[in-house]
Amino acid sequence: MNRFWSILFFSVPILAIVTFLLTQFAIWPFEEVWFGDSFSDAGKTIDGIFNGIHLLSAAILLGTVLTIGLIIWKFDHRRYEPNSKATYFSHNTKLELIWTAIPAVILVALAFVQMNAWSENKMDRPMTNVNGTMVETPPTVLVKAKQFGWEFYYPGADGILETEDDLYIENLMVVPEQTDIVMQLESRDVIHSFFVSDLRLKQDVVPGMVQFAWFNANRTGDLQILCTELCGWGHYKMSAKLRIVPQAEYDQWLADLQSEYYPSE
Amino acid sequence: MVPNTADNLLTAEPPRRNALVRFWTTYVFATDHKIIGLQFLFSSLIWFAIGGFFALAVRWQLAWPWSDMPIVGPALFAESGGQMPPEFYNMLFTMHATIMIFFVVIPILSGAFGNYLIPLMIGAEDMAFPRLNMFSYWFMWPAFGCMILSFFMPGYGPAAGWTSYPPLSVLASSAPSSGGAQQLWVLSLLFVGISSMMGSINYMTTILQMRAPGMKMFRMPMTVWALFITAIMQAFALPVLTAALLMQLSDQTFQTGFFIPEQATANNSTAASGGGQVLLWQHLFWFYSHPAVYIMILPAMGMVSDMLSCFSRKPLFGYRPMVYSITAIAGLGFVVWGHHMFISGMNRILAVSFMVSTMLIALPSGIKVFNWIGTMWGGRLHLTTPMLFSIGFVSMFVIGGLSGIVMSAPPVDIVIHDTYYIVAHLHYVLFGSSILGVFGAIYFWFPKMFGRMMNETLGKLHFLLTFIFLNCTFFPMHFLGRMPRRYAAPYVNESLEGLHDINVFITWSAMLMGAAQLIFAINFFGSLFFGKKSGRNPWRSNTLEWTAPSPPQHGNFESQPLVYRGPYEYSHPDREDDYWPQTDPATEK
Repeated sequence: MNRFWSILFFSVPILAIVTFLLTQFAIWPFEEVWFGDSFSDAGKTIDGIFNGIHLLSAAILLGTVLTIGLIIWKFDHRRYEPNSKATYFSHNTKLELIWTAIPAVILVALAFVQMNAWSENKMDRPMTNVNGTMVETPPTVLVKAKQFGWEFYYPGADGILETEDDLYIENLMVVPEQTDIVMQLESRDVIHSFFVSDLRLKQDVVPGMVQFAWFNANRTGDLQILCTELCGWGHYKMSAKLRIVPQAEYDQWLADLQSEYYPSE
Repeated sequence: MVPNTADNLLTAEPPRRNALVRFWTTYVFATDHKIIGLQFLFSSLIWFAIGGFFALAVRWQLAWPWSDMPIVGPALFAESGGQMPPEFYNMLFTMHATIMIFFVVIPILSGAFGNYLIPLMIGAEDMAFPRLNMFSYWFMWPAFGCMILSFFMPGYGPAAGWTSYPPLSVLASSAPSSGGAQQLWVLSLLFVGISSMMGSINYMTTILQMRAPGMKMFRMPMTVWALFITAIMQAFALPVLTAALLMQLSDQTFQTGFFIPEQATANNSTAASGGGQVLLWQHLFWFYSHPAVYIMILPAMGMVSDMLSCFSRKPLFGYRPMVYSITAIAGLGFVVWGHHMFISGMNRILAVSFMVSTMLIALPSGIKVFNWIGTMWGGRLHLTTPMLFSIGFVSMFVIGGLSGIVMSAPPVDIVIHDTYYIVAHLHYVLFGSSILGVFGAIYFWFPKMFGRMMNETLGKLHFLLTFIFLNCTFFPMHFLGRMPRRYAAPYVNESLEGLHDINVFITWSAMLMGAAQLIFAINFFGSLFFGKKSGRNPWRSNTLEWTAPSPPQHGNFESQPLVYRGPYEYSHPDREDDYWPQTDPATEK
């Protein structure tokens, strides 16, 4: 019984890290945890930062909680003479400076390491070459979120969004692979959030604001768009399909949509 | 006639009153800080049980969506045969969070322990403003009343999340609960705010003005320091919440449109007003609610520091750095709110500055953890129940703190924002840390409050089960990073189907964790009547409250305590005893 509590605390970081590792090997019940293999290169960078910080955390968790277990093991008063006293010390300036300085350096480094990923994902909108000048890539699709579904608008024959001839489709978004896709996000009612975990992409869709989000899918596949901002009773079922297809298939799909809308042309 | 002098008043026999009058003057019109502290303690514990049942109902739905709820289902939802509707689910998690934050953690830390301990630990006979103190508890009751009333409004009760983001919370057409229920929710929080403000003014004044002779600021126990800094934080953050709540109330009631954008529509009905900013609410709300996170943990940190030092029989390691790091956490806590809004549509460059300030706050938090470990190292540990809860607090705070660093990185937050990873993190901090700290503090100060010890065997069993099941409940949530929060039935989405088994496991763990709290309830109420008599200082602790009788009478101390040294002189080499009370005039032996 003397050792019981220290073993309990020893087991915390060990079990935590073991389960964490198990989740990496798709064993029951962890077949579908985390986010899956990223469908975008930007997502892979995010995964790298995520795993890096987790690795660092695992080291700190092991270091601190194993020490706690060791302290309980070593310094339980029952292991000493009845009148034995604790070592009397109240500070150690050198030690305290060390354990302030080292984390400070690590944290500052961490802050710098991720800035590029943030600007790549959220600040530097992809550029396109139009007649020799680089301009911000125009949106491929206009997304309007509403209680409880997603509306997608594609440019019609004029190739420009928000005109009379826009093509409209609900709860299905189709985009070509290996292309910079820019989305214009708007809300019809309350706040929603556009979340595709496989693309590591999320952006709140705020009424009264026009926002842009972008991604570049590196392979084809059928993904799911989920809403991640509470939007009312149907929040849980506010999903849409995101189909990533080869360029040729995308062109065909858009042409089909066009002819469905305007059969005479 | 005897002249009405102070001496006469002190010696005069108090007039005999009948039992009913005595009950009212002692327990309802109470101005004694100890009674008010206990009032806060009992009402918070009752709400803790209610909030816990709400959590279990949430877990029920997540494990077995749309299945008939046992016991309460047929009574509440007769027409559906006992299954909860999605609006009800939204109300459940909204009210679980609201109750736990505003009716449990904040009032139990600042209200219960703040009131009970501050005057006793600094050697004062009561708070600076006893009547203000009484009103601070009374203002909780209109808050309770409004919240209870809101359950009888359309839509089962407030259901816009505890964050209540407009326009969902403001446009009555967007959700059935966004009318009367939401207005009552706002009113309730306004009352809680008034109560907290009265409390914090009182704590600041008492700590600054009423310390016993010799009790310098840097001789105060960490508990008092933490409560002092918390009171300052509340005083600065609350006005912002109050203003934001009044704006939301006026949007709902008078259609003012502070938070409603132009031409806002929901369910084909256009709002009467517009031109407001949706994000304004989020900025104001988080300007209060991020400091509130620290309001909910700093007092627990203070109490844990005192317990760790006492049961290690060793001075607190780095007392001054501990004080400074609490101050740093409080200061930085005011400039990190934007990390809740990385992907809200807020200026994206601003995210970088909030990231830096958030990373910085990990530094003082880390110093605290290392200093707690330094406190225990080389000690003579007494593994009592409060000590186990304190050690549990430290190790759970490490996990919660580390996942905090993960999400302070904006690119990572893109993915995990509003998913179960966040739910895991916040419960490690609020349950794993704050609530374990509160439990430890209850076991530690129960003998002072009621003059009896709590049962150690039951206490340790309570710790063991709570500790195991809290980890089984909250650790697997980290892995559910792809599962959005606040989903009534996640598995209707095919990308989330594979997460069902883990959710069933989490629900079973949560129910067992809930059941383990019965041990605490039995121990608490049993010990009130049958616990072993404790005497003044059962833990052989240094601080002033242990020199008063247990429980202390009105006025606390028999004679004016004089303070000769700091609170952490354990195992001093010049002394025979391994503790040295702050009031002991002896210079050695």
